[in-house]
Amino acid sequence: MKTLVFLEHHEGELLKPSLGVLSKAASLGGEVAGVMAGSDVEGLAAQAGAYGAGTVYVADDPRLDAPLPQPRVDVLAQVVQAGGFDNVFLAQSILGADIAAGLAARLDAGVNWQLTDVRADGDGITGTQPVLADTVVCEVGWTSTPRIALFRAGALDASETGGQATVEPVQPELQDFSLAAEMLEQAHEESSGPSIEDADIIVAGGRGLGGPEGFAPLEELAKALGGAVAATRAVVDAGWYPYSAQVGQTGKTVAPKLYIGCGISGAIQHKVGMQSSNVIVAINKDPNAPIFEFADLAVVGDVNEIVPKLTELVRARKGA
Amino acid sequence: MKIAVCVKQVPDTSSKRMNPATKRLDRSGEGALNPFDANAVEEALRLKEAGDDSEVVLVTMGPPSAGDAMRKALAMGADRAVLVSDDAAAGSDALATSRVLAAVLERESPDLVLFGQYAGDSEGAVLWAAVAERLRRPMVSQVAELTVENGAVRGRRQTEFGYDVIRAPLPAVIAVSDAINEPRYPSLKGIMGAKKKPQEVLSVGDLGVDGGQVGESGSATSVLALNDPPPRGESRRVEGDDAAGQVVEYLAEKRLL
Repeated sequence: MKTLVFLEHHEGELLKPSLGVLSKAASLGGEVAGVMAGSDVEGLAAQAGAYGAGTVYVADDPRLDAPLPQPRVDVLAQVVQAGGFDNVFLAQSILGADIAAGLAARLDAGVNWQLTDVRADGDGITGTQPVLADTVVCEVGWTSTPRIALFRAGALDASETGGQATVEPVQPELQDFSLAAEMLEQAHEESSGPSIEDADIIVAGGRGLGGPEGFAPLEELAKALGGAVAATRAVVDAGWYPYSAQVGQTGKTVAPKLYIGCGISGAIQHKVGMQSSNVIVAINKDPNAPIFEFADLAVVGDVNEIVPKLTELVRARKGA
Repeated sequence: MKIAVCVKQVPDTSSKRMNPATKRLDRSGEGALNPFDANAVEEALRLKEAGDDSEVVLVTMGPPSAGDAMRKALAMGADRAVLVSDDAAAGSDALATSRVLAAVLERESPDLVLFGQYAGDSEGAVLWAAVAERLRRPMVSQVAELTVENGAVRGRRQTEFGYDVIRAPLPAVIAVSDAINEPRYPSLKGIMGAKKKPQEVLSVGDLGVDGGQVGESGSATSVLALNDPPPRGESRRVEGDDAAGQVVEYLAEKRLL
């Protein structure tokens, strides 16, 4: 079985979810290769060897500088066809999902998304796909090859095994329509404070805080717990908190040991960014808030009263 | 300008369930317009209202009852609807569905194709990329601000890292984020008028698509089994004056303090 893993990178770093997918692919056995597309990315490619890629195909071309999906469909189709890959795995991101679906149509291949796991099954593979807001877990398969799989960010851990990858250059043949979209301004990180992706504890705020001033008590609580502060898209859109703290489908995917959601209803776009958290505590005055359906501890009450009390108690306990 | 909006009827939120026999989503109950598609319809209507005499065409595939979801979008102000409804197409996965939608769009030949950001039932967020690939048109997803000028679209979109601005020449395929607008409610006049708007119902054969290319036979993925989710552990609920104290106890118990 031959598996190709798309390695997404941003500002000179391979992204963790891609490395998690690579580690999972390596654990299935068989031949595992990575594929990267970008400009001046060859140095990064070699790093993938440590996570289980025997070969990394690299399309290094200035036309691939902007992280747009369609030219990457061209590159992946080219590598899949030349290498005879049975599986194509991608971490599910905005870019990864767009590449996967484009590739599926190009190769007439099946694509399963939101997978949290995959296992070898006879000659093939079977994926684990939670559906209907994680109330049902499907086992999903593919009826032809290549099998394209998108894995939920945060679902798979990256583990270094210390191997070496051979870097194999690819001369990309890009279609006209793939190059028609043009990136005029590209997003880049404007980070301030500790990165929420690396935090063990996250205190997150949503619209229920009532206003930007509602974040100050959250920062106090995060400080007391030794964690970082995150926010929902709604409040980032409203200008209450910076974009770098946004968790959700657009924004960061986090999987901390403890996630405390304050005044967050639990809309699906937010949920996909934090559902892999180990312990979820939700504070909301609405007893029917959807977040309570997947919280480990549901706290029904006013965040603006509970959070300062909680900070006080945490401080007292830690000081003791 | 001609704008096509791809929409989907999804089961009513309260009644979503899987059919254990077919391992498909049970679509027998009440249906509704996928809420994320309402943002795409709204954006099409705004473009129409801002510009020359544009036409907004709805495109969908689904059971005959999917006409209900179309009616809501027609009541919002779309001009007409094309529904592909065919028993042979039941159980189509994203790959097979993209074939059908692409065939309708080839026939309609719009300048702009709009999608919503997410399907509330299958939790899929990929179809536009497959359709754009089949149409060989540029595609931009997650667009939170859209302008059309000089034969091109310009989209500001949200990614994991911040905001991109992407330009694509028309004809193009755009998936909008639900941050792009607040969909309007249909007016009474709109609701009354919707019944008189043209609704075309097509079979896959009408589109020149082979029956074997849709439905289960045209799909390349399958659902093998339905299982209960692993228990998340006991979910607990606290409230009242001592809520904060109980949270601290809980965190201590979980060794998180």
